[in-house]
Amino acid sequence: MSDTPLLELVGATRTVQGRDLVSDVNLCLHEGEMLGIIGPNGSGKSTLLSMMAGLLPPSRGEIRLAGQPMARLRRQQIARRLAMVSQSADTGDRISVRDAVELGRTPWLGPLRPWSARDDEAVEAALLAVGMDRMAARDWSTLSGGERQRVHIARAHAQAPQILLLDEPTNHLDIHHQFAILDLVSQLPVTTVIALHDMHHALRCDRVMVMQSGRCVALGAPLDILTPALIRRIFAVDARLIAHPADGLPLFAFQRLA
Amino acid sequence: MRRGAAVRGAGWLWLAPALLAAALLFGTAVGETRIPLSTVVAVLASKTGLTAAVPDSVDASVIWHYRLSRATVAACGGASLALSGLVLQALLRNALAEPYLLGISAGASTGAVAVAVAGFGAGVISMSAGAFAGALVAFGLVAILARAARGTGVQTTGIIILAGIAGSQMFNATTALIIAQSASAEQARGIMFWLLGNLSGVRWPDIRLALPVALLGLGVALWHVRTLDAFTFGADSAAALGIDVRRARVVLIGTAALATAVVVSIAGAIGFVGLVVPHAMRFLVGVRHARLVPATALAGAVFLVLSDVVSRIVIPGQVLPIGVITALVGAPAFAVVMVRGRRR
Ligand SMILES: Nc1ncnc2c1ncn2[C@@H]1O[C@H](COP(=O)(O)OP(=O)(O)O)[C@@H](O)[C@H]1O
Ligand SMILES: [Mg+2]
Repeated sequence: MSDTPLLELVGATRTVQGRDLVSDVNLCLHEGEMLGIIGPNGSGKSTLLSMMAGLLPPSRGEIRLAGQPMARLRRQQIARRLAMVSQSADTGDRISVRDAVELGRTPWLGPLRPWSARDDEAVEAALLAVGMDRMAARDWSTLSGGERQRVHIARAHAQAPQILLLDEPTNHLDIHHQFAILDLVSQLPVTTVIALHDMHHALRCDRVMVMQSGRCVALGAPLDILTPALIRRIFAVDARLIAHPADGLPLFAFQRLA
Repeated sequence: MRRGAAVRGAGWLWLAPALLAAALLFGTAVGETRIPLSTVVAVLASKTGLTAAVPDSVDASVIWHYRLSRATVAACGGASLALSGLVLQALLRNALAEPYLLGISAGASTGAVAVAVAGFGAGVISMSAGAFAGALVAFGLVAILARAARGTGVQTTGIIILAGIAGSQMFNATTALIIAQSASAEQARGIMFWLLGNLSGVRWPDIRLALPVALLGLGVALWHVRTLDAFTFGADSAAALGIDVRRARVVLIGTAALATAVVVSIAGAIGFVGLVVPHAMRFLVGVRHARLVPATALAGAVFLVLSDVVSRIVIPGQVLPIGVITALVGAPAFAVVMVRGRRR
């Protein structure tokens, strides 16, 4: 592989009405890694992900995809490399699960590039990956929140991207489905950036970036970064790292600051 | 091997030309004067060169110059309006979007009337150009108004429709003002009749504009079926799927405005076709645009041909404006969609 990073942010800043929603973020995405972004509500996680996806142009700084400035790439070129599962994408259309996943093939198709067997394979594989293959004919409106989230991930999977961006994909899911989604995402052979709220989920990432008021305040391996001092500073809670009695894996215990 | 769901089950499409031909024949055969079907077929066959020419009769003239031209323009106009509604609904993510409710038709009327009264040549082409300018200005104003009203607490679905209603009122008032100011009594009566949506004045030359524009609209929509699908989860999601959202909006909404403007300049503001037909077709063929676009074009064409027939025969001795018929069907449909409408 060349040394060009898959995705690179250089001083990326997004200003709306004089306020920096994201401010001077520098980041080089390593190939194959899973990068977690955590931070309090309103710290700029969603805005940063949208910028990484090329949906919001940076007001200052630059974002490069495989060495090329994002601003100079066509949308289709971006979508072939990078897929995004945003926080609240919903529809009132009466589409089926398969229809929704087929949308993922959009960047690979065109008026003169019709649907082919390869597209069917990609859709089939994506449905299988999220365990929705048996529900392919179900109506979108009949799905639960967790099932919808899985379909969104399947759509992104069918897009065959190198980079997958996920904005709080475990929100509103029960504990079983939270783990199922995280397992699923970590098994996918792509580079992943995932916005998270749960610190235990963040422990499963290769690297973690902590955001506060639009700034990146820490970036590194989870156990190096998520220290009690930092958690206390950013989230205003008392945190203690303890070992699981059975297997010694790290666990957090939280307490409200006195 | 499976094919994309969008393509599956498109076998009915070969029926489209047959259905369209049947509707045109029906539109040509039915009218106030009873003309036997055999005569109708004989006249059509000879005029299209299939059989030797028959001597011109009053019947032949009615069939060829009056009814067939009218039915053909109705078909083109119906397809144009229905496709415009479909495209606007998909791009604006709004179940109630259509050229009439968004004020595009009203803007086109104002443009066309301004040209007609000011008398810039007043041909179909210059009236269409005026209507197109009016349609674009109207949509621009409605879009700006809707954007400005965002975050004022009105539900998102409601905003653009409210803006469209405000725009319609404003442009209709402007039209009335232009007529009151500058039109002669004779002109005014003609314009008022035309404004309600009317195909009475249609003759063959109108087809030279109506047909190419309907085909252009169909072509553009077919070219963009995947783009239209990609808006299912909203504009951001479409962008993430590789769609150049701004370009898609300019091309597709521009085409819808052009198609609407041409129909308005020929036949006045015909409402509700763009609302009723796409929703009916979603029930029949589903929401994927590879099937929805051709189905909507066909159904729009057939719907307006039939509406025109009804407008000619429902009250003996009197031709109702076609807009009255489409509104009679459309307004209840509007209510149903609004009550059921869960789409954002
Ligand atoms: N379009 C916008 N205009 C103004 N402020 C915005 C806009 N989008 C987001 N914000 C603000 O930017 C901040 C960061 O938002 P967001 O990126 O959604 O945070 P997070 O995803 O971490 O909760 C919030 O304070 C939010 O209110
Ligand atoms: Mg967020």
